[in-house]
Amino acid sequence: MTLDKNQERIVTSDNLLTVSNFSVMYDVDPPVEAVRDVSLTLKRGEILGLAGESGCGKTTLAYGIQRLLKPPAVITQGSAIFHDKAGEDIDLNSLDEKQMRAFRWNKASMVFQGAMNALNPVVNIGKQLGDVFTTHRPELSRAERHEESARLLEIVGVGRDRLRAFPHELSGGMRQRVMIAMALALKPQLMIMDEPTTALDVLVQREILQQISDLRKEFGFSVIFITHDLPLLLEISDRIAVMRAGKVVEINTAEQIYHHAEHEYTRKLLASFPSLTGERGDFVRGTSSVETGA
Amino acid sequence: MRFFLRRTAFYLFTAWAAITINFFLPRFLKGDPVSAYIAKNQGLISPDAAAALRTLFGLDKNQSLLEQYISYWKLLLSGDLGRSFSKGLAPVTDVIASALPWTIGLVGIATIISFVIGTTLGAYAGWRRGSKADALIPITTFFSTVPYFWLGLIAIAFFATTLGWFPASHAYDKGASPELTWDFIGQVINHGTLPALTIVVSSLGGWVLGMRNMMVTVMDEDYVTVAQAKGLPPRKVLINYAARNAVLPQLSSFALSLGFIVGGTLVMELVFSYPGVGKLLLDATNAKDYPLMQGLFLIITLTILVANILADVAYAILDPRTRQSEA
Repeated sequence: MTLDKNQERIVTSDNLLTVSNFSVMYDVDPPVEAVRDVSLTLKRGEILGLAGESGCGKTTLAYGIQRLLKPPAVITQGSAIFHDKAGEDIDLNSLDEKQMRAFRWNKASMVFQGAMNALNPVVNIGKQLGDVFTTHRPELSRAERHEESARLLEIVGVGRDRLRAFPHELSGGMRQRVMIAMALALKPQLMIMDEPTTALDVLVQREILQQISDLRKEFGFSVIFITHDLPLLLEISDRIAVMRAGKVVEINTAEQIYHHAEHEYTRKLLASFPSLTGERGDFVRGTSSVETGA
Repeated sequence: MRFFLRRTAFYLFTAWAAITINFFLPRFLKGDPVSAYIAKNQGLISPDAAAALRTLFGLDKNQSLLEQYISYWKLLLSGDLGRSFSKGLAPVTDVIASALPWTIGLVGIATIISFVIGTTLGAYAGWRRGSKADALIPITTFFSTVPYFWLGLIAIAFFATTLGWFPASHAYDKGASPELTWDFIGQVINHGTLPALTIVVSSLGGWVLGMRNMMVTVMDEDYVTVAQAKGLPPRKVLINYAARNAVLPQLSSFALSLGFIVGGTLVMELVFSYPGVGKLLLDATNAKDYPLMQGLFLIITLTILVANILADVAYAILDPRTRQSEA
């Protein structure tokens, strides 16, 4: 009996999120099936990359898991089960509004695409960070909230003196760091990052990625990293899921995807990024797979 | 700080320009209204009063234009706007002071009520886009497209004549005189309800529509989605993120409409025979009472300026971006 229970414990604690047969449809005319029958699991502490071209349903899937979709998007089938650290399994589809709100950010936070608009332009950073605490940690005093927010800004390297700054007084990279600080606020077990570095230049991008990976080591959260930038994913993720037209066509470790991509589309995607090495004029990576793709 | 200094300088300049134009305006008029008035009321005007009138009109032949301009400013700063022809040579300041509180009180309160209700309804309709709340828009728009005088007359016919709930005209009962008693305040409220109500009903549509459309735009912004993803309660998202930002353009319209309170209520005051500034201006125009007109124009201009200053200050407090772009 005890053995069995232990066994179960190990299984649940190994996975953080199980998504099964998840489908989302945009109920317009004609209906668009944005996510089709997606199943994937996310392990505790891992970075799962979600790659695919624009419009393939990556973001819709992420929003669907957080149940942030607005009409006309409808979740038509499937479930997303969150295996809480406390040992409890939370079926996200069965939560009511209030429970869902309590779940959001507390257990799974998000960093959004385009840091330019993710912060309210007329409210200062400190207040927007403080919001999270007033909602999820109402027991904190004003001073504690302030201290927590300041500490978060320090962690991400923005500095506590920016608490009273408004978003337009910060650079794009700093705003994205503020968003990451905000996502860290409640020490969630899952962080969904939707193209967090897409709008930034490569140097800032690198710094932020480094920071995310350091923070993950420190706090041990799992990451679902959404981007169309497959080489970037190859570098930072443990596993990669490749999506196309709403379906996950391949999911494997980063190494396997790079060296032995099974699906033709994955190979095509890999080949579409130029290589830095090789013969002059030979900047297309893996020419052999291009032939199959072309 | 620099922002406020710049704005102050701007407004001081505007005020100076308005007052100066006000100085030149009667000097461009044909004829000599003072002589005409003196001829009409022979022996009734003291030489002092006549001289004061001439100074204000720039008809003092012994003075250069610059001297006239300086004495005009002196009179203005000592609060003397001249004397009204049509009101038995009462000081213009007194005449205006007796009408101004009625207009500001009634129309001001009505405008604020309309703005608050309209913006709240609009915020709700935008928040619940596509729900039954959207029915508000055609209804309120209908009332704002109805000509105001017609709406006023219908209101009088229905609520005053047929039902007899409210008096049809004037600011207080006949025979009463302004005093601070509960009875008098009750009369004022009783008389003011109908005009205020018609103003609110006819101006509500603009506020509802403006706010609703702004809400719909703001709701698509990323920061609203972020606020929802943060798990904030819907009320908080609505107030602190969506409505907070959508209300900004509303504020500029509100300031403009505050400026028009004094000058733009002629029709209401006519329909309800309300003793306000609009009616006074009409009387002054009919009687060719130039000092009174001049004083009224000055007051109207200054009100619009003050309303704009208020809007600027409110905007600078609520939207930090304007502070920066101006500096």
